[in-house]
Amino acid sequence: MTDSILSVRNLRVVFPHRHGKLVAIDNISFHIQRGEIIGFVGESGAGKSMTGAAIIGLIDPPGYIERGEIWLDNLRIDQSVRGDASLIRGKRISMIFQDPLTSLNPLRTIGDQLMETILTHLPLSAEAARKKAISSLEEVDIDPSRFGAYPHEFSGGMRQRVVIALALCAEPELIIADEPTTALDVSVQAQVLDLLKRLCRERGASVMLITHDMGVIAETTDRVAVLYAGRLAEIGPTQTLLSNPKHPYTRGLIASTPSVESGDIGTHLFQIRGTMPRLDALPPGCRFHPRCEQIMARCRSEQPEVAENGAACFLYEDD
Amino acid sequence: MISEKRFLRRFQESDFLHDFKRSPVTIVSFAVVVVLFLLAVFAELVAPTNPFDVGSLNLMNGFTPPMQPNAFTGEVFPLGTDDQGRDLLSAIIFGLRVSLFVGLTAVILAMVLGVSLGLLAGYRGGWVDSLIMRAADIQVTFPSILIAMLIFGVARGLLPPSMRDELAISVLIISIGLSEWVPFARTVRGTTLVEKEKEYVQAARLIGLSSGQIMLRHILPNVLSPVLVIATITLALAIIAEATLSFLGVGAPPTEPSLGTLIRIGQDFLFSGEWWILIFPAATLLALALSVNLLGDWLRDILNPRLK
Amino acid sequence: MLLIILRRLGQSVFVLFLVAFISFIMFRYVGNPVDNLLGQEATVEQRDALIEALGLNDPLHEQYLDFVTRAVQFDFGNSYRGALPVADMILERLPATLELAIVSALFAMILGTLLGIYTAIRRNGLLANFIMSSSLIGVSLPTFLIGVLLIWLFAVELGWLPSFGRGETVQLGFWSTSLLTVSGLKSLVLPAITLGLYQMTLIMRLVRAEMLEVLRQDFIRFARARGLSERVVYFSHALKNTLVPVITVAGLQLGSIVAFAIITETVFQWPGVGLMFINAVFFVDIPVMSAYLLLVGTLFVIINLIVDLLYLAIDPRIRDGQLRRKSR
Repeated sequence: MTDSILSVRNLRVVFPHRHGKLVAIDNISFHIQRGEIIGFVGESGAGKSMTGAAIIGLIDPPGYIERGEIWLDNLRIDQSVRGDASLIRGKRISMIFQDPLTSLNPLRTIGDQLMETILTHLPLSAEAARKKAISSLEEVDIDPSRFGAYPHEFSGGMRQRVVIALALCAEPELIIADEPTTALDVSVQAQVLDLLKRLCRERGASVMLITHDMGVIAETTDRVAVLYAGRLAEIGPTQTLLSNPKHPYTRGLIASTPSVESGDIGTHLFQIRGTMPRLDALPPGCRFHPRCEQIMARCRSEQPEVAENGAACFLYEDD
Repeated sequence: MISEKRFLRRFQESDFLHDFKRSPVTIVSFAVVVVLFLLAVFAELVAPTNPFDVGSLNLMNGFTPPMQPNAFTGEVFPLGTDDQGRDLLSAIIFGLRVSLFVGLTAVILAMVLGVSLGLLAGYRGGWVDSLIMRAADIQVTFPSILIAMLIFGVARGLLPPSMRDELAISVLIISIGLSEWVPFARTVRGTTLVEKEKEYVQAARLIGLSSGQIMLRHILPNVLSPVLVIATITLALAIIAEATLSFLGVGAPPTEPSLGTLIRIGQDFLFSGEWWILIFPAATLLALALSVNLLGDWLRDILNPRLK
Repeated sequence: MLLIILRRLGQSVFVLFLVAFISFIMFRYVGNPVDNLLGQEATVEQRDALIEALGLNDPLHEQYLDFVTRAVQFDFGNSYRGALPVADMILERLPATLELAIVSALFAMILGTLLGIYTAIRRNGLLANFIMSSSLIGVSLPTFLIGVLLIWLFAVELGWLPSFGRGETVQLGFWSTSLLTVSGLKSLVLPAITLGLYQMTLIMRLVRAEMLEVLRQDFIRFARARGLSERVVYFSHALKNTLVPVITVAGLQLGSIVAFAIITETVFQWPGVGLMFINAVFFVDIPVMSAYLLLVGTLFVIINLIVDLLYLAIDPRIRDGQLRRKSR
């Protein structure tokens, strides 16, 4: 708590539309420590990308933050207008997206785009900026001679490394990585994740790693938060959560992740029955209760909050 | 086999009417079009006078402003009179009739011609297809209004001067019709090519029906839906084309003026202060053009996703 | 690839000859040139002499070839009204039409692009919505009606601008320009707006649609995430990617401006080739009609050829059917 770089309290993000509003994120609170890598995992639509977007101030209109506070160190950042946010965006908080091909402007060279970012945030001369750009490329293991190349001339993995270089060149304190390896070949995924991990450790920057892949979580993160239908189901240190998951949903997630080591080839894959509810059809009470094997009476009417043990579940509330 | 009956039933059950009722703009457009159409059809009953009965005109009535009694005869005209003493309201109503008549007839001509050629091209294939499509490609290279002007000019040239005014309307219809057949032909050809391969056509051929019968009775009903969409677009275009040609002086003559002709006449009197001779016909044409366009727009949106 | 180009070129040449043929047929067979030139009271000898002189008894293909050869040398015969050489008439009036066309095209492209960008950036703003709704009017109204109403408003009611003619012109060699005088420039305003309005609306909608499409892309999102300012995002990233398809389509529009110049010139009595043509149709002045059609026809064939070749060079990123995007 003392050394948290980011603090999110009671965040609520809604999308107004013709017949009312959709609640995309409902009352989420968490902290990110300096230098830690925290994973955000959940199914599509659970709200993980939306949380990242909220932090960096890039929620697509008409969505907006209805309630809650986001603090970067001791600076409140959720209220800045889109324009002001660029003092934070790219400089102190940075974000990278899933598809590296579409993340880069196809008509401009990567060197150009690097220089642009550097010059926006750091008071350097063009000459110094260029040097920094080249060293950024070297840091992500890309040959500096490719400074004047266009995005389509690179392979997928290399492009994502360019993207990482762009995200890190202004020395941010927090990097939000939204499914950074999902669009890449499996063989390349590990490389990119290692790179991200290494660079961040070196600079003491924190990473918010958004993914739906439990395998990535296991390999890369220190802590992990599990999201379900816009709320936190469970949050805690990765190893503890993986070996001893408390929330029934987390258990289901882990059980349904195939693992070669535990001999899952040829066996029947476990699936949590049912599907995550749509935002316009959220059930009352605990959002997971229609699919829960250990459902109790109160689950149908009351919503659990995240407790000391990191799980938001009534199973642990008594005694 | 899809028939119009099934189409009609889908129409009624669909969101068609529902969407229609929810858009106030469309309702107003539709109302305007209906009103104008009825005015045109029942012109003789609705118009206070017959503006083309030269005997009934009184030159002294000329240049009367709207709703004010004439200085000499004391008659009042709701929209004023033109230089010849014609009641403008009547002239507009009859002009509307000419505009709508030419527009509709031209579209029907274009449709009949285009659909026939499209059916022929699609069904026969081979050199017939190539010829028709090549002609279509060439015609499309040039704007249709230019083609209409060309046809009109040539026709005028071929007619003896005495008959030019008399036949002007017919020539106008033919010019516009001939300039707009291509979209019909292309669409129908496309659909025909598809339908041609279907079983019911093979069956008809086996029974011994002639190509003509097959094209007419079997394939034709199935290509009607997209044709309707094109017809609405073309109607708007035809009305505008007619108005433009008449305004330019190469359309409806002053003896049987359309709205375009009236506007042409009115423009001459703008500076001398008789603004109403221009403004009222212009406003009517504006209302007509906008409404037909809006209606056509909406119709296209609704009909298109429901067709194939 | 080369084969496709050659084929396309061949097609164009064929159409050119077809246009020339139609023009020729009209020239030769519509109306009676002999009557027109000599009047009704000519004697038989005079007629025969003229027929020989005009070569009207020669075989058809010879006449056609002769027609084409002379056309290429810009000899289009003489007008029936006033017996002036048609070529001279055209040359005299061409600068007026060209100046009008170019100014209108510039107006359409510049204003269209600016408005398109604005309505894309301020998507849901009040002004943007107003602009989009009024653009609907620009598309559905006939050109002449726009012109006439503009005259009524600005020339008659407000008296700010002239309602017809070109104003004072300055002669630069064989080219007469109205761009160098105040009255000339004032006279140019309403006609240029009338002629360019339709094109402007089309370009505006196209730019808007393209810009919105580009702004949806991920690299824009990433640019924002990197902290680049909105201004940089719009103008340095989005704009460039938007303009490429727009320029190609805008070029296509230039052709129709020439055709619609006929209407604008008539409304404003602008002394260009369009007005000349309409008068020719009205008075059945065949040589003028056929010459105009030959020239304009050629222009269109060439424009279409260029555009088709351009499409081959650039990827078909222009999705023509989706030009009229729903904006309400």
